[in-house]
Amino acid sequence: MTDETSPPKRPDVLIIGAGWAGSIMAKELTEAGLTVTMLERGHDHSTAVEGTYPSSIDELRGAVRKRLFQKLSRTSLTIRNRPDQTALPYRQLAAFLPGEGVGGAGLHWSGCHFRATEDDLRLRSATIERYGQKFIPKDMHLQDYGVTYKELEPFFDKAEKVFGTSGEAASVRGQKTGKGNIFAPDRSDHFPLPPMADTFSASVFRKAAAETGYHPFSIPAANASQPYTNPYGCQMGPCNFCGYCSGYACYLYSKASPNVNILPTLRRDKRFTLITEAQVLEIMLDDTRKKATGVRYADLKIQSEKTLEADLVILSAFQLHNVHLMLVSGIGKPYDPVTQTGTIGRNFTYQTITSSRIWLPKDRFTSQFVGAGGAGVAIDDFNQPGFDRGKAGFIGGSPIWVNQAGLKPIAAAQGSGGKGEPRWGSAYKSAVIDQYRHSFGIDAHGSNMAYRDVYLDLDPTWRNAYGQPMLRMTFTWKDNDIRMNQYVVKHIGDIAQTMGATRIGLNSLQQGQPFDSRVYQTTHLNGGVIMGENPKTSALNRYLQSWDVSNLFVIGSSAFPQGMGYNPTGLVAALAYWSAYHIRRTYLRNPGPMVSA
Amino acid sequence: MGGAASLSSTPLLGRAAQANPDQPAPQPQDDGDPAHYKPTFFNQEEYLFLYHACERLFPQDENGPGAQALGVPRFIDKQMNTPYGLGALWYMQAPFVEGPPELGYQLPYTPRDLYRGAITPINTHCLIRYNALFAALPPEQQDNVLHALESNTLRFNDIPGAAFFEQLRTNTLEGAFSDPAYGGNHNMEGWKMMGFPGARADFMDWINQEGAPYPFGPVGMPPKANPYSPAFQNDEEG
Repeated sequence: MTDETSPPKRPDVLIIGAGWAGSIMAKELTEAGLTVTMLERGHDHSTAVEGTYPSSIDELRGAVRKRLFQKLSRTSLTIRNRPDQTALPYRQLAAFLPGEGVGGAGLHWSGCHFRATEDDLRLRSATIERYGQKFIPKDMHLQDYGVTYKELEPFFDKAEKVFGTSGEAASVRGQKTGKGNIFAPDRSDHFPLPPMADTFSASVFRKAAAETGYHPFSIPAANASQPYTNPYGCQMGPCNFCGYCSGYACYLYSKASPNVNILPTLRRDKRFTLITEAQVLEIMLDDTRKKATGVRYADLKIQSEKTLEADLVILSAFQLHNVHLMLVSGIGKPYDPVTQTGTIGRNFTYQTITSSRIWLPKDRFTSQFVGAGGAGVAIDDFNQPGFDRGKAGFIGGSPIWVNQAGLKPIAAAQGSGGKGEPRWGSAYKSAVIDQYRHSFGIDAHGSNMAYRDVYLDLDPTWRNAYGQPMLRMTFTWKDNDIRMNQYVVKHIGDIAQTMGATRIGLNSLQQGQPFDSRVYQTTHLNGGVIMGENPKTSALNRYLQSWDVSNLFVIGSSAFPQGMGYNPTGLVAALAYWSAYHIRRTYLRNPGPMVSA
Repeated sequence: MGGAASLSSTPLLGRAAQANPDQPAPQPQDDGDPAHYKPTFFNQEEYLFLYHACERLFPQDENGPGAQALGVPRFIDKQMNTPYGLGALWYMQAPFVEGPPELGYQLPYTPRDLYRGAITPINTHCLIRYNALFAALPPEQQDNVLHALESNTLRFNDIPGAAFFEQLRTNTLEGAFSDPAYGGNHNMEGWKMMGFPGARADFMDWINQEGAPYPFGPVGMPPKANPYSPAFQNDEEG
């Protein structure tokens, strides 16, 4: 790595954001022989510092005081449920937790590492083929990615090998194999590591789900079930189910992160420069507005503004920030929900997730503190392409799973009570202890469709510490997704009956219930700079290249046309490798638009 | 925030302590016993309120110690001197506009402001309504006050009761279950009650024991293991 104290010369490539997407692009483009400078707004992070036991596993400092997450004091966003409301600032992190610093959200994620289904990537076409055009509700912006599972398969495979993903295949090169997800599409290879072990809760769910007639499988986990060395020579140690994945830096080098799985090799590469505490404020364009010339950024170390130029710019910050930088840089046309024109901010989606809870008899202890972020048992019966949505009456779907990631006592206590149960006092205290010792959670982790009046734009009132307007989110739950969630949660009840639960607390979305920014749901935010086949309805072409500025590629879940039932990181990584492959193979030989608009 | 009530703390404190002889008032010394902690942010009147309100939220009972014995008031006092207490972890840019609850906290107040702004008026309310400070009320009346705060029927100096209540509840639970290094969870009694083994963080042989209880008690962080607490309370990260 080039020393960042020496002023960086003009690199070939500028990369904005040092998370998974940025690190993958940096690795691929340095391999292509290019010089790459990566800008990260936060501090550098390494396992040797942030991951040191035991201070790394301190719940108060970690997940509660949100050490690895975005520093809201500098910049946040505003949120409203409907376009006729005044959006108000997201002043305290709660519903979603973007990362900050090297590794980004990829340092504090859990590790659930899914591919996409074949239908996820062409959901509009598949829905029309199966159920007809009329099945798509009015004002739902259902779209295809413009890339198929078959095209992405080698890149899903590559990402799994880099991440050291633990899992079990059902079908490899057309051959039935193992006890994996029977609904998952065919694979070119096995997972690099065997599946993670089942916690007690996951084993109870696996048995009950099979008895109920469903098809349980181990969640593919970017948590190492065995020691592993990835193709970059980066090493991982076996996971010991310590329970500190989500919200923490893994002290055992067991959870895949850019910091563990990619950056060690980049840091040794002279073509690579990492500049931390560099908040990019704008992607600069030339006079034609069709070519990016570089970036303007705030050097937070010396509180001064700087510019850097390059031939190629990769925007790979967190989803929200990708959208924000496109808007403040004036790239592409902002989406207007009234005229339905413009693309930047269009098709913003989330994850339709609710958690239900099952209590077992008092002589069964669920040891919820044991866990691994990506481990668990899922069923895909209500998410797989063949599930009959025509009968169920909605688009999308939802895996059901027990993903015991390690529940810590502050989170357990904060999450207990309410909904008619005491929230304090002796009765609450007894309930908290009982719930911690004898219960476990079952999630419906569903898709989220895009709608005409759900979008991102710039807020007219509130500004960040750099004087820029903040992003404004207009989001709430819609009928199709609420009914999908209710349908799936009902089936959680059936499975819970089978497992001999002493008490079942089902939790589903209710009609009219607005999105609540105060309650953690997931950090799986998608869209706003989506990929597709038509520049009128997408910001990027199928290679994640801006339709408007051909030397700008925007990588991340911001490219997803809608939210799928799975966690996004596996698809983010595959799309990054896919885009990098085509940049290396086509774009670098002949820079310019790779698809004619 | 304008102070609606200006209470002289000394005579009231004396009254509260006399009125409730069964509850030991905090003593000005720090020998590690939570009951002897001397607050550095809260004044005596505020701390006495905190001492009794936390206990109602998380009371001593057959399950084990309550907030007082766990050192929760001490934890909260220490937190007030961190970036968190100063609101440095929140987006605090004006304007501050009221909105529907789903859009989240919209007050211009830091955690410090919430405590400082609400406790004295709550005590004033208790004096007017019950002729005693909160700390001196019988538990049932204390609970009535807390319920009124939780349901937002009490509102002081622009601080909705519910906003203060949620702050207090959140910090009380943090104090009961965070590492003892932060001043609460005294002797890891909070973790023992829950059955949480603390900083063990190695369950290689306990991934699935078919529902048997985990056999080992908790361990805490060694006192100097965490450079971010408590010796470095003003560290940027909080």
